Amino acid sequence: MLCDLSIVGAAAGLRRRDFSARELVGAHVDAVAALNPRLNAFITETPELALRQAEAADRALADGSAGPLAGIPLAIKDLFCTAGVRTTAGSRILGNFVPPYESTVSAQLLRDGAVFLGKANLDEFAMGSSNMTSAYGSVQNPWQRRGSNVALVPGGSSGGSAASVAARMAMGSTGTDTGGSIRQPASFCGIAGIKPTYGRCSRWGIVAFASSLDQAGAFGRSVADCALLLGSMAGFDPKDSTSVERPVPDYVAACRRGVRGLRIGVPAEYRMDGMNAEVELLWQKGLGWLRESGAEIVDVSLPHTKYGLATYYIVAPAEASSNLARYDGVRFGVRQDGVDLIDLYERTRAAGFGDEVKRRIMIGTYVLSAGYYDAYYLRAQKVRALILKDFTDVFARVDALLTPTAPTAAFAQGEKMDDPIAMYLNDVFTVPASMAGVPGMSVPAGLDGQGLPLGLQVVGRPFDEETVFAVSQVIEDAAGFSALPAVRAGE
Amino acid sequence: MSYTLEGSSGSWEVVIGLEVHAQVISQSKLFSGAATAFGAEPNTQVSFVDAAFPGMLPVINEACVAQAVRTGLGLEAHINLVSRFDRKNYFYADLPSGYQISQYEHPIVGAGTIEIELSNGATKKIGVTRLHLEQDAGKSLHDQNATKSYIDLNRAGVALMEIVSEPDLRSPEEAGAYLRKLRTVLRYLGTCDGNMEEGSMRADVNVSVRKHGEPFRTRCEVKNVNSIRFVQQAVEAEAKRQIALYEDGGTVLQETRLYDPSRGETRSMRSKEDAHDYRYFPDPDLLPLVLDEDWVESLRAELPELPDAKRARLSRDYGIPFYDAGVLVAEQVIADFYEAVAKGRDGKLAANWMIGDFFAGLNRTGHGIEDSPVSAAALGKLLDLMADSTINGKIAKEVLEVMMDTGEDPAAIIDARGLRQVTDTGAIDAAVDTVLAANPDKLAEYRGGKEKLFGFFVGQVMKVMAGKGNPALVNEAVRKKL
Repeated sequence: MLCDLSIVGAAAGLRRRDFSARELVGAHVDAVAALNPRLNAFITETPELALRQAEAADRALADGSAGPLAGIPLAIKDLFCTAGVRTTAGSRILGNFVPPYESTVSAQLLRDGAVFLGKANLDEFAMGSSNMTSAYGSVQNPWQRRGSNVALVPGGSSGGSAASVAARMAMGSTGTDTGGSIRQPASFCGIAGIKPTYGRCSRWGIVAFASSLDQAGAFGRSVADCALLLGSMAGFDPKDSTSVERPVPDYVAACRRGVRGLRIGVPAEYRMDGMNAEVELLWQKGLGWLRESGAEIVDVSLPHTKYGLATYYIVAPAEASSNLARYDGVRFGVRQDGVDLIDLYERTRAAGFGDEVKRRIMIGTYVLSAGYYDAYYLRAQKVRALILKDFTDVFARVDALLTPTAPTAAFAQGEKMDDPIAMYLNDVFTVPASMAGVPGMSVPAGLDGQGLPLGLQVVGRPFDEETVFAVSQVIEDAAGFSALPAVRAGE
Repeated sequence: MSYTLEGSSGSWEVVIGLEVHAQVISQSKLFSGAATAFGAEPNTQVSFVDAAFPGMLPVINEACVAQAVRTGLGLEAHINLVSRFDRKNYFYADLPSGYQISQYEHPIVGAGTIEIELSNGATKKIGVTRLHLEQDAGKSLHDQNATKSYIDLNRAGVALMEIVSEPDLRSPEEAGAYLRKLRTVLRYLGTCDGNMEEGSMRADVNVSVRKHGEPFRTRCEVKNVNSIRFVQQAVEAEAKRQIALYEDGGTVLQETRLYDPSRGETRSMRSKEDAHDYRYFPDPDLLPLVLDEDWVESLRAELPELPDAKRARLSRDYGIPFYDAGVLVAEQVIADFYEAVAKGRDGKLAANWMIGDFFAGLNRTGHGIEDSPVSAAALGKLLDLMADSTINGKIAKEVLEVMMDTGEDPAAIIDARGLRQVTDTGAIDAAVDTVLAANPDKLAEYRGGKEKLFGFFVGQVMKVMAGKGNPALVNEAVRKKL
């Protein structure tokens, strides 16, 4: 079935004329139409646009000008501005905002021939780990517990991106990761997801959450698919001063490097009290696979790990409180008129933002306030430097780290909603790499006792996504993860 | 004599510090490619970055950085090779992103100095604390509609240099001299046009008063004063207000005030308690600004000659008084004009003619030096025609007036109007004879010893000759005949 193909496999099939882009995209457009009412993975569907792009891809395939992603149907997280297509950031406040510009990352995918099925649902302004904070309704995880039809969360914030790929509505998708927003939903949805090094992808045209942490990345059902997508998305952009001018290597080739001779670190601090035994077991299995493939396993320490979450929840809200000031109802989006300017701001922002966004704006405003700045923001920056130093020190000894991606498998919709701290703990294993800006990837490695997917996280040196892909590929091959979600195209 | 204000309790010293916002001359804005021309239709020079659309990012404009460095070098200031941009957060309708990108803790330029000259000829060095780069905001238009405010974002994101002085100024005169000198330096450097009417240079004035020998007292900041005259008025008005407060037993509260020129007073804008908490933090969209030392040195090497150096050189090379040189360097175009006139000629004569009749002529005809009807070459030619005795000085004044009115060539004017100087001794002798014959009584008095009448005879001869006689030959002829 076309929807079950990998991107790498479909690209080969298109070039062999086994099927046309029109057929491939048509099958996915149908899958979106069939499944989205149930999963709510897309906020905006663009079937006509997708079919037009597919026809263009067929022409390009015929005349030999096709790019590497010609005819590949993708979901684009609705945080990427897309020219002519409504972009919401999962918030009411942007209303029917239609950007007159295309984000650099999505423009590069289009340049390479990719087809966009629509805009994927997400937590509002990417703030959340469950996709419950979207103003456009929660996303349902296509996976279900064995013998249960309780709706589970897909993780977040890139929940729609992950769910759409897991359910075979899209072959791949874009996400953004600020503290785990690609890796945690990849783990919850049983697919692969890479957050590259901060600066690897341009942030231009991506609605900002926390500028020093936000980084675009890719979801796929295989490590190689992620590698192919990232190769298209990555690269220096003069319009983003924090993007880095380095050549983009051949990530797909890197997947086949193997791990023989590599040193893989196991950070002691990631072994937490009360950690799910199944997660711990899977971690040990993963280390075993790597050892059997010729890697050396090394115990290491990242001593400041325990400060990661606290630091993150100062830095990210601080930047968000400033980044979200532009949503004021004056120039775009929804405006609630008021008796004066302040009243207009207050009404617009009160009506336009959801609770989690308001919570983070308030936290961020507080930690930057006169009298609190030194105690919170400045201290957090110092701790962040120590976290980075942990990684720098460790990477002098090892080539990559292996950890669990998340402490648990997917939880039910509505769980943890009254306990923000419990919700924030979802990101405990992913946040440190975000704070350090280093690349991280989640690979599906097994199922828990209830039949839900669990991922392992591979963390690499800055700008060494190649090693991350190589290690992830070995885990993917060894795990032989073949379980399928309950809800998927064709079922 | 130092400036003091007299109160009922004795005399008070005024302490002034200035924060000048100088709009950087650049083709595009500090962080976007939008144009910066003044006077464009509202909202026609706005990029998506300036309007803070979602996902837009700032990218530093190297040309603006170069301008700030040039200015720092011109102020003999320390250039910080590493500086940083911070966000200053506040909500206002003409601030699209909800924050201004500025440099709070780590400015691009550190301490420098400006030397000012006072009316009594004394000079004083005023410390410059720092110079930093920041974005301008847009403009709110409250007078276009009864119930609505309109926003023009053309100015939003334009680069400003904030130049902060030490509290070294002690009088309105010093404040004015500082601003004029700063403006001159900025114009020489080509980094700001210094046009206060168009708002491309604005001043915040910090004022406090104290008794002689006291430490500084509380200051008030008078915001956004837009002319040098108003700055001087605001200093005096604010100082007097503070003195009256103290002498009534009150205290001065630190606050932001506005100067109302129509009433000649300052009034409170917001108190310290109402002050914004700007929540400054490093802008995560921008990397620290790191300058290459060689690049800074290449800018230094290309700096133009600045007013102080030019003044010393003109005075030395052309032998003109230091004061005159000061007048000539007030604007670079004047100095350039002067040098074009003076080169290869009598520098002193050139200075006298420029500062005297030439400026008077510009004034009379309502021209500036940029659109002067008389070019430097034409003025030089006029001086040459005097030097070679084609005309005398008196006729030259007449010719210059005609040049100012018509823009014609001096030689053509002289020929057309028959103003060429008479050097024919026969004609001069005849004129002398006529005068002596017409004034037998004066002749008798002269011969009786009243030698002062010599000048009278010379004047009469010139009059008979319609001013065209060669002065030296006329003198000689009169003396001979007498």
